Amino acid sequence: MFRNQYDTDVTTWSPAGRLFQVEYAMEAVKQGSAAIGLRSKTHVVLASVNKASSELSSHQKKIFKVDDHIGVAIAGLTADGRVLSRYMRNECINYSYTYESPLPVGRLVVQLADKAQVCTQRSWKRPYGVGLLVGGLDESGAHLYYNCPSGNYFEYQAFAIGSRSQAAKTYLERKFESFMDSSRENLIKDALFALRETLQGEKMTSSICTISILGAGEAFHVLDQETVQRLINEFEIVGEEPPADEAAAPDAEAAAEAATEGAAPDQGAAPMDI
Amino acid sequence: MMNLADSAPVTNNLLGSEADSQRTLYPYVTGTSVIGIKYKDGILFAADMGGSYGSTLRYKSVERLKSVGKHSVIGASGEISDFQEIMRYLDELILYDNMWDDGNSVGPKEVHNYLTRVMYNRRNKFNPLWNSLVLGGIKNGQKYLGTVSMIGVNYVDDHVATGFGNHLARPILRDEWHENLTYEEGVKLLEKCMRVLLYRDRSAVNKLQIAKITDEGFTLSEPYSLKTFWDFNAFKNPTLGAEGSW
Repeated sequence: MFRNQYDTDVTTWSPAGRLFQVEYAMEAVKQGSAAIGLRSKTHVVLASVNKASSELSSHQKKIFKVDDHIGVAIAGLTADGRVLSRYMRNECINYSYTYESPLPVGRLVVQLADKAQVCTQRSWKRPYGVGLLVGGLDESGAHLYYNCPSGNYFEYQAFAIGSRSQAAKTYLERKFESFMDSSRENLIKDALFALRETLQGEKMTSSICTISILGAGEAFHVLDQETVQRLINEFEIVGEEPPADEAAAPDAEAAAEAATEGAAPDQGAAPMDI
Repeated sequence: MMNLADSAPVTNNLLGSEADSQRTLYPYVTGTSVIGIKYKDGILFAADMGGSYGSTLRYKSVERLKSVGKHSVIGASGEISDFQEIMRYLDELILYDNMWDDGNSVGPKEVHNYLTRVMYNRRNKFNPLWNSLVLGGIKNGQKYLGTVSMIGVNYVDDHVATGFGNHLARPILRDEWHENLTYEEGVKLLEKCMRVLLYRDRSAVNKLQIAKITDEGFTLSEPYSLKTFWDFNAFKNPTLGAEGSW
């Protein structure tokens, strides 16, 4: 994209019918580190890559619990994401207070989208520079939505956003048809594989990924580091190819055992990681 | 949406109590007891059709049972005009719920808690909606039955009542209610309670309706009356032997 005379403010159309400020906001999402979501009939898994800006610092929080039945993963301007998460938590808690019932995720997502749209039509505002993967439960089951800075929202079986998300999307496109009936464990496994794709050969450890899950009868929570490291080891992800189907897995298991012995939990952990 | 409730009263110390003229101080046209019970397939409500004006039984075709959306029924006792106001709130709630058009819908639990918030908030402003409400329904096979008072007291139970119904009907229900009442048994039980209320509650009228809600939907019976028996010996010559009688 190149600078032109129609991109100074969000309330100016280009002759081709585009709002460049909104499109630039979507670019900000692509610059953020990757976030992935996938869902089955009963569960939603949200995963993200946590890149600390230096070895000395801790990483930014990219996955937020919004309510027991809703979670969100963000990519882009994390400050905008934090503010929108607070808005979502507020909406959920107000609804719960009035109706003693959880806010259906489909309705929250529309409210979020309408809020984003406002910023595309006011000269004194700017669009939010963050993409949100919202996972949650509804009367009709588990849902995954993607909210754009443009004010659009889409429902997905699986999706990835942020830098190098195309690699994850390619993996998900191959496997998504099986997700609806996937078990909880397989859904997490697929999330980890998809996340690995975005790392492009970098060593995958629990210190650089965050995995969270919610489901019918299971409140939204982030899996702790030991669990994630154990899963990574179990699924033979470190340097191994993902099994094409269940049959291939047992063979890879024996070979991987030796290779993963060396992946000590604190290897590669930044000093400020808790 | 809540702004419909009450516009800000004109507060002006020179005019003093003009603000008070905006608050509900006493009810004028009132309905008496409502009874609700859970039964095998859903919920049954009974209420008579009387609207009293003080001690006068003035209006005799007041429908005090109404459906709320697809899943709930409401019954009200107390000030009839406030009940009409509540119905406006609920109709608006259901309207906005339907406008989402997204497969989600408010069930009886949500309506009950919404009403609790409305009633309690009004009570806190010293401008109550002068009603005792019974709210019941069934959604996805789950039965729900609860009540809210004009001061915002709310609870759920297998059988509920308002006003005199609490004193005269609940004891009968405590003895004779059980899960898996059939429709016929449920109606008979409600009629037994309504008959006692008819004998003993001076604001009761002998014209009642039964409302039913199941997973199939809502039905409201045509108004009908109960058979009564007044030929008790104790009612004959009631002043016989009384002090000062002859």
